[in-house]
Amino acid sequence: MPNFLELAGISKHFGGIPALSKVDLAIVAGEVHCLAGENGSGKSTLIKIISGVQPPDPGGRIVIDGKLYPHLTPAESTRLGIQVIYQDLSLFPELTVAENIAFAQHLRRSVGIVDWKQIATTASTTIDRIGVALDPRDKVADLSIAQRQLVAICRALAADARLVIMDEPTASLTRNEVDALLAITRELKRRGIAVVFVSHRLDEVLEIAERVTVLRDGVKLGTYDAKDMTGRRLGSLMTGHEYDYTPYVPDLSQAPVMMSVRGLCRPGEYQDITFDLAVGEVLGIIGRLGSGRTELALTLFGMRPSATGTVMIEGKTVVLDSNRAAIVAGIAYVSEDRLSLGLVLEQPIADNIVLTTLHRMANKLGLVSGEERRQTVAGWIAQLGIKASNPQNSVRTLSGGNQQRVVIAKWLATKPRVLILDSPTVGVDINAKDGIYAIIRELAAQGMAVILISDEVPEVIYHTHRIMVMDRGRIRAEFKADSISAEALQDAIDA
Amino acid sequence: MRDLLKDFSRTHEAKLMVVTIVLGLFLTLTTRSFATLQNLIDLLTSYGFSGMLAAGLLVVLISGGIDISFTATASVAQYVALTVANTYSVGWIAVTAIATGIGLALGLINAVLIGALRLSSIIVTIAMLNVSFGLLMFITRGNQIYALPDWFVNEANWVVYTDAAQTEYTINLQMIGLVAAFSVTAFLLNRTNIGRQIFAVGSNRDAAQRVGIKVFRIDLLAYGYLGLVAGAASLVQAQNAQSVSPNALVGRELDVLAAVVLGGASLAGGEGTVFGTILGVILLAMLQNGLLLLGVSSYWSQCFTGMVILLAVGALALEKRRQASTSGRVAS
Repeated sequence: MPNFLELAGISKHFGGIPALSKVDLAIVAGEVHCLAGENGSGKSTLIKIISGVQPPDPGGRIVIDGKLYPHLTPAESTRLGIQVIYQDLSLFPELTVAENIAFAQHLRRSVGIVDWKQIATTASTTIDRIGVALDPRDKVADLSIAQRQLVAICRALAADARLVIMDEPTASLTRNEVDALLAITRELKRRGIAVVFVSHRLDEVLEIAERVTVLRDGVKLGTYDAKDMTGRRLGSLMTGHEYDYTPYVPDLSQAPVMMSVRGLCRPGEYQDITFDLAVGEVLGIIGRLGSGRTELALTLFGMRPSATGTVMIEGKTVVLDSNRAAIVAGIAYVSEDRLSLGLVLEQPIADNIVLTTLHRMANKLGLVSGEERRQTVAGWIAQLGIKASNPQNSVRTLSGGNQQRVVIAKWLATKPRVLILDSPTVGVDINAKDGIYAIIRELAAQGMAVILISDEVPEVIYHTHRIMVMDRGRIRAEFKADSISAEALQDAIDA
Repeated sequence: MRDLLKDFSRTHEAKLMVVTIVLGLFLTLTTRSFATLQNLIDLLTSYGFSGMLAAGLLVVLISGGIDISFTATASVAQYVALTVANTYSVGWIAVTAIATGIGLALGLINAVLIGALRLSSIIVTIAMLNVSFGLLMFITRGNQIYALPDWFVNEANWVVYTDAAQTEYTINLQMIGLVAAFSVTAFLLNRTNIGRQIFAVGSNRDAAQRVGIKVFRIDLLAYGYLGLVAGAASLVQAQNAQSVSPNALVGRELDVLAAVVLGGASLAGGEGTVFGTILGVILLAMLQNGLLLLGVSSYWSQCFTGMVILLAVGALALEKRRQASTSGRVAS
């Protein structure tokens, strides 16, 4: 097969800082190619150059179908058959599926009259071509994320794509939805359309890819045969470190019970939740989006009181009817969406850390001593290894992993006995993830009880002691972390 | 096949229609003059100005922006156009060209400030309202124009029917303006490619840019169109008032905004229909007219209008949240 796209010596600097250095890349017509790299490795910059959003530094070559271009414009890139499906999908939620798919027809002549019949035909033939279940008359706003992704793929097809680049396509999909996406990818391949998956979570797509290109710090490490690649080798290539985890389950049979939950129920969200949590235990709760795991966490943190059931902390029943009550009872919660719920991004790092404990530091007049505050902040920054040049900088200046540590510091400052972490490593790269796991181990060893909510199988197997599987609001299964394989756990989740 | 009627019954427009019909029936039964032909003509005539502006504003709201300055734009347009008409011997064509030209120009200034300089649309248009209105008041010293050319005052209505009591029923400039504004807007939004691009930009601006829409061009179109409509509407209003007063219009922008929002247009952009806007204007007109006919004080009427808007917007938000929670459950 001929190369559809060839890049040679592509570099890109932003204000003197290199984002890409002399990267070569070839995409064969009809192949499935993975582009792997950590956040900041230059993946996105490379996509922007291919899609014409940004020009590369002078000196590089872009060859498409044998024709040389010094750089591309977005219009040229589209005309040549390059379609990027961004992580946010770039759809128009208020318009119908049909109009989203056939939107290019609105762009042909601005003053032209809309041919609604033509739009309906284009949409339904495209939908039929890859055999997906979509009603062209539905409004995109009413669809699930997976369905929206199908709309985005159909739109790329309707625009006569020859290369479809998907940015983090599996990030918000369930296993079944990922399988459906892979089936469609095979269909695209059969039609001679090349697909590039861009991701830092590639286990799922490795099985159908032919080649993998790995970027690190703006440099291409190489292009490898996907057959010879494993998730683990890919991880070490991407980060430059070997991470070797083994499940570790300490003997907690003698440990006193920290929290016991009996028969919690909240209609429409979860039913019949009963479990014990020991001092020093890390309990993993895994389940799909919508399984009730986050709702349960919010209940334990007092924000969605349960209809029935009791919660005891160290043998005493606690009434969790507000988050204030939960904090007083010794429960802390690090939300999944740290940006919107956990942090005041514009405020200094120091202020964010002490936010939850200001009332405890205040003297009789309600004033907080600056010295005490400084010491508290310095203590947490050192203990959690937050990389901050100055605690007075705003939290926005920190990387994702360090932001997550600030949230954890904020809650640890309340001296909790039970720490609930909801998907703490989402959007955090591998190096930073490892730091967060180390913190969890350390806290558990000190006697804190930790609940780790996650949708990543390896995460709960290697970093918790016990795993509960939630599905449709119920606890469906429970395993010891060292006695179940990743495959078996995945099967239990999909069951 | 889907049941079209069932689909329609779930829309915001269907609910508005029910409310409108109920209110209409109530006013018919409780007042003597509401359901008369003359009152309907009066309503169409006096709401011609607001209705036209609502059509123009709808386009800006769908594009994801907002404009508060259009009443000041209209004031400037009518004052300049009719001063020219009083000074030189010009006719309808010249006056219309001047008024719409001024409206278009002021609208384009808004678009440039908002689209090219990336300023917030509400701040820019509040500022532009003050600049235009302040300049107008300064230059005219607040003087009204009482004497308008004869052709302007008299040649704008056509008697269609005279009843036994010698009452004349007319079609006038206001009705024509109203129908024209809504028809052109409906055509623009639903039948032209650039109209669909307006929806796309309002629905997701980044995505619109990525598919290759020239977003700034859409800003120019939306604000320019509202400006142009405001210019035309200003003549319609002056013709009805038979005079021009520089401070007669400013202050009415929120009524127009209320009607459009009542009609289901979203302040977040991407959503809104001409039919809904028409219903919004009718409902607001009926409320204000009905309360007047019922003999309620005009202060009460103002308060009542405000409450209805709160109610409508609240109902819309509730409906949205209900939909979001059900579709969320389906997705899980």
